[in-house]
Amino acid sequence: MKYESQKVALAYFIVALALFAVQVTVGLIAGYVYVAPNFLSELLPFNILRMLHTNSLIVWLLLGFFGAAYYLVPEESETEIHSVKLAYIQLAILVVGALGAVIGYVFRIHEGREFLEQPLWVKLGIIVGALIFLFNVSMTVLKGRKTAITNVLLLGLWGIAIFFLFSLYNPSNLSVDKMYWWYVVHLWVEGVWELVMAAVLAFLMLKMTGVDREVIEKWLYAIVALSLFTGLLGTGHHYYWIGTPSYWQWIGSIFSSLEVLPFFAMVLFTFNMVWKRRREHPNNAALLWALGCAVLAFFGAGVWGFMHTLHGVNYYTHGTQVTAAHGHLAFFGAYVSLNLAIMTYAMPYLLGRQPYNQVLNMLSFWVMSSAMAFMTFTLTFAGVVQTHLQRVLGQGYMEVQDQMTLFYVLRLGSGAVVVIGALMYLWSIFGPVKPELVSRDANAAPAE
Amino acid sequence: MFDALTKSAARNIFYGGSLAFLLIFVSLTAQSHYYVVNTSTAKAPITDGVVLGKHVWEKNSCINCHTLLGEGAYFAPELGNVFVRYGGDKDPAAARETIKAWMKAQPTHIEGRRQMPQFNLSEKELDGLVDFFAWVSKIDTQNWPPKVSG
Repeated sequence: MKYESQKVALAYFIVALALFAVQVTVGLIAGYVYVAPNFLSELLPFNILRMLHTNSLIVWLLLGFFGAAYYLVPEESETEIHSVKLAYIQLAILVVGALGAVIGYVFRIHEGREFLEQPLWVKLGIIVGALIFLFNVSMTVLKGRKTAITNVLLLGLWGIAIFFLFSLYNPSNLSVDKMYWWYVVHLWVEGVWELVMAAVLAFLMLKMTGVDREVIEKWLYAIVALSLFTGLLGTGHHYYWIGTPSYWQWIGSIFSSLEVLPFFAMVLFTFNMVWKRRREHPNNAALLWALGCAVLAFFGAGVWGFMHTLHGVNYYTHGTQVTAAHGHLAFFGAYVSLNLAIMTYAMPYLLGRQPYNQVLNMLSFWVMSSAMAFMTFTLTFAGVVQTHLQRVLGQGYMEVQDQMTLFYVLRLGSGAVVVIGALMYLWSIFGPVKPELVSRDANAAPAE
Repeated sequence: MFDALTKSAARNIFYGGSLAFLLIFVSLTAQSHYYVVNTSTAKAPITDGVVLGKHVWEKNSCINCHTLLGEGAYFAPELGNVFVRYGGDKDPAAARETIKAWMKAQPTHIEGRRQMPQFNLSEKELDGLVDFFAWVSKIDTQNWPPKVSG
């Protein structure tokens, strides 16, 4: 850690990981409700559980992005953060908003559009927090060195804030509402979040492989170009059946099929850089998470997304467990893994020590990833059965659900393993430091 | 790889191309907005009841169990066509009463069956909710869902 102000990232990462624990715990409870539907049905009905699960996910991922930005921007810009105080004020606002939302949900205080359930005051708090962040980071970048990594990262973070403004627009016409709702949801996760993801991966490759900045930044621009060229019009795959014109079926099918490309490019990029590495970085766990992130994002977001994106297929699969399967692996692969990668990389520097507890950390990667893959398979099978029975044969919804119990039991099992993996990760980060069991080269020069 | 492509060329392609695709996307959504308002949702007016119903729908976070036009949680049935499923296209009054009675009868407390909470809605709110479902069922969704089962 070269700059004192990078330390603010530590606070962001700690809060993010606490919410990660909340997210997976509530996810496990929701998975249990699928198997034992009477559980908590009066106290915390499924709709409340799901809001807690999805909202804590989104907020912790965003806090991770903010932390990642505060960590890497000083190193890239070669200057201290404009104002450390503002960074902590921003975090305080976001924590109050997140806690207010979580506690409010339990007492049925919420709005009611999916993922945007935060009460208005929380939404405004998020916007104020985002503005403070953008001001702070933009000022830092402006006074320091400008690199492709900071350019793309900042563009992504500005995009996150700008598209979130559409969450304030809630027209009474449901179809119009849905159309602009996707301006937040799709243009985030299949648009500007990919910019953040590519920038952070590029930073990790730069630091851990020692490959030339010129090469890495060229890759970065190529990847994010693919992201936005395909992702913007790829929004069309959400405009098939909500009252929007039929031309979206062709635009959506073509461009969202191509949304696989940026994720495939990220796989090629990360593996190429590691093969061509000029240094052996001692943090093997961070490298594993970075490579795993690219691969799992390619399968979860890319392959599983493509599986049901053509309008002829989507006509039958839309809104079944196939969507749930894709959603789970896409979020885990792309954004959870990305955050866990940058945290694994940065925590030793933030705590002023050598990489630590790497074996446990890497084990947690395999445990969580395998369990998420298994969960994705079970939900995919459930979705295929559901699609056939409900959408082809026309059986009633609950009648079909009763035939899917086995898959939900298997999903619950995999969810329990994910929680175990998450606890292993948290223990490897925050638990007592064990002497290192593996290290490729203890004397390797630490990365800059 | 890509030796012919320089970094600045890649950067210019990214900024220029993204801006172009953004403009195309925004123009198409503007056209779609016009189409939605004047064509696909123009079969039935948005009455006060529909507005109230959408508010009731949101206030009780129905979307986090049900889907509406395929979007939402996958824990409970699709409701975009629930009005048609209850026969509302043929006998709207009977469908209205059935849906309202269903809402009032929750939760079922049947062991092993998914439970819908009791939301204690007023008559006016229940009627608004049904107005909303009736309105949504008339949106031109390109014939989605494929079956009335949702």
